[in-house]
Amino acid sequence: MSTTARRRRRLAENVTAYGLLSAALVVFALFSWFPIVRGVVLSFQQVNFVDAPEWVGLENFELLFADPLFGVAWRNTLLFTGLALVFGFAIPFLTAVLLNELRHARAYFRLVVYLPVMLPPVVTALLWKWFYDPGPGLFNEGLRAVGLPGSAWLDSGDTAMLSLVLVSTWANMGSTTLIYLAALQTIPGDLYEAAELDGAGIWRRLWHVTVPQTRFVLLVLLLMQVVATMQVFTEPFVMTGGGPDDSTVTVLLLLYRYAFVYNDFGSASALSLLLFIALGVFSAAYVRITKRSAE
Amino acid sequence: MKGAPGPRTLVSPSQLRSTRGKVVYWVVFSLVLIAFTLAFLFPLYWAVTGAMKTPDELARVPPTVVPEQWHPETFAQAWDELDLGRYFLNTIVVAGGAWLLQLAVAVPAAFALSKLRPVLGGAVLGLMLATLMLPASALLVPTYLTVSDVPLLGVNLLSTPAAIWLPAAASAFNIYLLKRFFDQIPDELIEAATIDGAGPVRILLRIVLPISRPVLAVVSIFAVVAAWKDFIWPLLVLQDPGTQTLSVLLQRVAPDLRLDLLVAGLVLASLPMVGLFLVFQKQILAGLTAGSLKG
Repeated sequence: MSTTARRRRRLAENVTAYGLLSAALVVFALFSWFPIVRGVVLSFQQVNFVDAPEWVGLENFELLFADPLFGVAWRNTLLFTGLALVFGFAIPFLTAVLLNELRHARAYFRLVVYLPVMLPPVVTALLWKWFYDPGPGLFNEGLRAVGLPGSAWLDSGDTAMLSLVLVSTWANMGSTTLIYLAALQTIPGDLYEAAELDGAGIWRRLWHVTVPQTRFVLLVLLLMQVVATMQVFTEPFVMTGGGPDDSTVTVLLLLYRYAFVYNDFGSASALSLLLFIALGVFSAAYVRITKRSAE
Repeated sequence: MKGAPGPRTLVSPSQLRSTRGKVVYWVVFSLVLIAFTLAFLFPLYWAVTGAMKTPDELARVPPTVVPEQWHPETFAQAWDELDLGRYFLNTIVVAGGAWLLQLAVAVPAAFALSKLRPVLGGAVLGLMLATLMLPASALLVPTYLTVSDVPLLGVNLLSTPAAIWLPAAASAFNIYLLKRFFDQIPDELIEAATIDGAGPVRILLRIVLPISRPVLAVVSIFAVVAAWKDFIWPLLVLQDPGTQTLSVLLQRVAPDLRLDLLVAGLVLASLPMVGLFLVFQKQILAGLTAGSLKG
């Protein structure tokens, strides 16, 4: 084949390739890349959709910092993330370790633990709001049945956030548990045998074999959970509206208020930018690690 | 235990075979069985039976475990009063359209990047994957403003399904997953078809798609489930009540609706996803680990 013919074929291939890519390029340009740039620009602007946008420098950020809810929202969000890690990280791991030892009804366990994951989050939130009802609610009735005092659940600033974490853990633990379970099943059995010959008991085998062998999955899910839980919105929006006494106002709920209640898109964008900066490191690490493992 | 021993896990087979081991195993097994059933199935039982109780019975303390009077007609009543037919249709249009558009955009793009390897293909893929590092919430405001006035086209997509379809189609995750699968298809297969005179589009349709059924199933199921479960984005862009999805409808009517009707509505809204899960269990559980970690 002559060079010109080869070059012509290569050109034709490029044209076809970009033809096949064109739809993706258009949607990415309009609904992903452009909004990224626009989000940054908006953070430094004031917009009201009547006049031209006005550059205001750091005014949006100053407004946010002056809002007493700003600190509250970050504290609440960090509290949610911290509690969600304690529950949503430890419980599924221990559950997976336990399930991995059981030889019966495995299909049943996998089925029921994943069932809540399939429910729309709004459905889960509204169901649990009803379960939490201090009067005829399921949970207080359950506590009373075993002789424990009931709780105010969502109605008290002390327990509201914890109650939201419990819903979110219940709703999401199916996927985490099953990912751990899959990781546990790849651990070579001879590692346990060798550890046992060395005289390691169950707990030491768990700590010295199971944990190191699943370290990668643990790390990936840790990063994923931090990124996901820092963006909590549905549970507080549907179940508490941020109350009582602002105890469940999260960063995303505040962002929603700035944008869609106060119509201050500039400050809302500034808050998004701060959230992005706070989470960028975690997201980047997550993408890097999963990408590297795939190659 | 029964049959051939499974892979060696934390607990050694000899420990399990001892009398004490057997007793401990069955005690732990029973406890886990009861705990799982109570934690994951009982709340669903509570919802389904709760919907069939009278409002009086629902408000009673202590609540009844088995309804005294069964009112299955509450489901029909909720269907009519909430106009659920319409909201089901809205949700199906939103989820179905998002699914089809995601495939229509991602499949050719992933094929072009994987097999045609055009000039700057690596950069394009990099720009797409970079969007995965952004937390979704960072783009809520600018993407909302973009769909309310699409650049170049100047159309307002708010309260139309396209407001959900188009941003959903800009999914780097789909392209990544599909490209990884296409990469494993031997180039010889493509070259042989090229020598036989097949063009890229023909190769994609006749050779690549038929052998890509497993990954297409995973992408499809996850696209539909994600669209069905999504709440915050439909809440923002489907402001016209008649166009809303089930989740947006349910949170909107929840505060003022009679409890038995609300619970019936929650149960009905979950049924399609629970049904989907029961049918596609294998694909969903396999895709869960594939999608998140290994591929």
